[in-house]
Amino acid sequence: MPLLEVNSLKMYYEVKGKRWVKAVDNVSIKIDRGESLGLAGESGCGKTSLSLSIMRLLPPNGKVLSGEIKFENEDILNMGYKLFKKKIAWKKISLVPQAAMSALNPVMKVGDQIVEAIIFHEDVSKEEALERAKTLFKLVGLDPSRINDYPHEFSGGMRQRVMIAMALACNPKLVIADEPTSALDVIVQAQILSLIKDLQKNLNLSMILVTHDLSILSEICNSIAVMYAGKIVEYGPTLDVYEDPQHPYTKGLLAATPSIKGTRRRLKSIPGTPPDLLNPPPGCRFHPRCPYAKDICRKEEPPLVKVGEKRVVACHEV
Amino acid sequence: MPRGVKGLSELVKVENLVKWFPLRRGLFSSLFRREELFVRAVDGISFNIKEGEIFGLAGESGCGKTTTARLVLRLIEPTDGKIYFKGIDILSIDKKEMRKLRKEMQIIFQDPYESLNPRMFICDIIKEPLKLQKIGNSEEERLEMVYEMLEKVGLTPPEEFLYRYPHELSGGQRQRVAIARALILRPKLVVADEPVSMLDVSIRAGILDLMLDLKEELNLSYLYITHDLATAKYVCDRLAIMYLGKIVEQGDTLKIIDEPMHPYAKALIDAIPVPNPRVKIRKIPIKGEVPTPIHIPPGCRFHPRCPYAKDICKKEEPPLVKVNKDRFVMCHLYS
Amino acid sequence: MEKKAERLVIFKGKTGFTVRVKRTWSEFRRNKIGVLGLLISLFFIVIAVFAPIIAPYSPSDIYVGAPLSPPSKEFPFGTDELGRCILSLIIYGSRISLLVGVIAALINISIGTIVGLICGYYRNILSDALMRVTDAFIMMPSLALMVVLAAILGPNIYTIILAIGITTWPTTARTVMSQVLSLKERQYVEAVRAAGGSDFYIIFHCILLNVLPIVFTNMILSIATAVLYEAGLSFLGLGDPTRISWGIILYYANTSGAIISGAWWYVIPPGICIILLVVAFTFVSHGLDEILNPRLRRR
Repeated sequence: MPLLEVNSLKMYYEVKGKRWVKAVDNVSIKIDRGESLGLAGESGCGKTSLSLSIMRLLPPNGKVLSGEIKFENEDILNMGYKLFKKKIAWKKISLVPQAAMSALNPVMKVGDQIVEAIIFHEDVSKEEALERAKTLFKLVGLDPSRINDYPHEFSGGMRQRVMIAMALACNPKLVIADEPTSALDVIVQAQILSLIKDLQKNLNLSMILVTHDLSILSEICNSIAVMYAGKIVEYGPTLDVYEDPQHPYTKGLLAATPSIKGTRRRLKSIPGTPPDLLNPPPGCRFHPRCPYAKDICRKEEPPLVKVGEKRVVACHEV
Repeated sequence: MPRGVKGLSELVKVENLVKWFPLRRGLFSSLFRREELFVRAVDGISFNIKEGEIFGLAGESGCGKTTTARLVLRLIEPTDGKIYFKGIDILSIDKKEMRKLRKEMQIIFQDPYESLNPRMFICDIIKEPLKLQKIGNSEEERLEMVYEMLEKVGLTPPEEFLYRYPHELSGGQRQRVAIARALILRPKLVVADEPVSMLDVSIRAGILDLMLDLKEELNLSYLYITHDLATAKYVCDRLAIMYLGKIVEQGDTLKIIDEPMHPYAKALIDAIPVPNPRVKIRKIPIKGEVPTPIHIPPGCRFHPRCPYAKDICKKEEPPLVKVNKDRFVMCHLYS
Repeated sequence: MEKKAERLVIFKGKTGFTVRVKRTWSEFRRNKIGVLGLLISLFFIVIAVFAPIIAPYSPSDIYVGAPLSPPSKEFPFGTDELGRCILSLIIYGSRISLLVGVIAALINISIGTIVGLICGYYRNILSDALMRVTDAFIMMPSLALMVVLAAILGPNIYTIILAIGITTWPTTARTVMSQVLSLKERQYVEAVRAAGGSDFYIIFHCILLNVLPIVFTNMILSIATAVLYEAGLSFLGLGDPTRISWGIILYYANTSGAIISGAWWYVIPPGICIILLVVAFTFVSHGLDEILNPRLRRR
């Protein structure tokens, strides 16, 4: 049984004039126990919207129009919100949000913030929760004696560790991390990535990593879903997708990503800009920028086609 | 891709550049504490930029690279040191002369959303430097130059962009406008402060290619500031790595990246992930994070985090060692 | 070459200013409250401009009706103690009310903007001193200050304008200065400096351009407050008794004992006009605020 299943999810944002921004358009993903999936794509592709939909943290104008989200076979999309918050959020699935370093309450001690999260979800005493918080600190590589410090006394990298500790506070099975290292320096980023890998191994943690950086993704994730304009265009094991990309967008992204190792090669960019999700192009949404676009690409949306044991691609060329 | 250094003449020469920012103090601290505290953003660096080359200045946040970029253009006044542009000591000339010299040195900023005046049309933004430097004999002539520049940076058809506001353009398009504005004065030196770090990955290569093409066409030299060494490898001829206000290693880009000598440079390069699932980064031997530039460790400023630190590193600042014709390292391991 | 000349001809037609005005208007049109405010304001402006033509009587026509008579078909707003038609008084009164409002607002904005620009941009002893003076003015209760000034300078339309203008500019200066402080650190200002812009150019072109929206909306709002202050000062008896403004009407309503004798038609119409005008200008300024300012924050 897969841990998390998203089936044909359609989540649109409603804007003035009864118009819809088609942020997540018929997306399906599946995560098994111990698997880490990378959601790759550039700004506006829908990856953050997808993670917010799973955590039911959408703004008021974000409406799920169809589809289902199941966690351990239980429907968590239509579950009562209060029940979701008590039973699923943070306890089974937790989130390390984007720009997490600024997500801490600046006037509360850090330890208290973790304790607050634990007490809300579990029936433990404050002392027990504080002990748990100290253990969590050790787990993420922070000095437990600093549990009573304020957020501003920590550096950026340390605050990120605090956010990770908070996400792990109730022993979730799945952690969604949205650009966990984007605002960090290179060396600190390496430290955090190393921490995430250790946690994955030691806690048998499943993960969804949302990022635009294909280098970071290949460090941590064993499967990847490439998103473009609200749709999944390629989905499969990381190794296969990187070594033999099938979708033109994936090929383009890989060609545009510089690598510190290897010979100096010319970087290729993808011409054009991502489409306006209010009025996405007809047919395949990538066709205006695709070097292989044919007539059919302008008219019909390509279905997800199986190209390997665990791989699917949405492209008419395939 | 051949990378010859075209001209051998020095365009920019920086000697022992220092910039300390005084730390603002509240009433009590100025009463009770004697010594004034400074943020030692740039603490004595020297380098030169040859004509026709792209010189990279790389480092993590707080290392002083952004401050250096502004010092070279004299947008802020240095605390000490010398800056030579085309042989002229730019710190000794008066404001008027400096303003005239500015048309030969321009800057492209990091943030495509902040660097363009939101209440001006694109054509006015690009035209502004011409008006400031009194170039062009008539409005038509200037408009013609703007038109030409828009075509050069790939914003075609230019009519579509002339009377738009910055917020109507995408990030990549805005950065092209910033490039057009910087290059319309035909400068010799362009300081690019992380020009692509806020753009989407698929757009970056396009902007970098544009910068490289224009460099060839207009015979430019770049001072390229970045924290992303992977991009620096692609763009820069020579590279200098900064740490806490000092240059710790300097030389040919590929040589530094393939065989870094300074422990910090080594750790920095090892820490960068690669878009290849078969290659994972190794455990980084250095701990902690970059200290603030206010309380700089004595001796070698990297010694508290360095896995190779010896006794001498805690006491004496390492000299700049010339390893070969173009390679410099600031480390006791090599002296 | 011909194609180039053609292109330039097309460009000549559009200047930055006209395009900007056209676009602002098309967005403003959609804001219903703002448009309502604009219509009401225009209504009063038209009345003020065409007063001699519109008003049935002139203020010097005394005893055309029985004194203090209630509204009737002949006199829709009744008459005052001198038998004058109050409707005509109100129509003529709009002139002075608006005139004082606009000129006082102009003085307010001109001094306030220049002081704000200079104090915000330069951080030296002179600008600090100027800022302290500004702060001192802000701390003083403006109405009391106006009363004192008007009392000293004498009851005259010019002194009223001066009193209002002088006591209101410090607030504008503060608003402008805080804007300038944040604007001067912006990267596009740095870009202009890098291109060789002088301090003067940066202050009066770059920064002013970005401060103008706030200044403009503030201007409309200060017309409203100036009209209100004028009414207050005149009601207190500091206004120019030889002229007619809505505040003066209220003053006479008070001193002639009309209020006590229950002549509500003398008090309520001018009061409503004041409120309407102030609210109308406020609506316009809010409508403009929404358009001119959010763009700065939009990405």
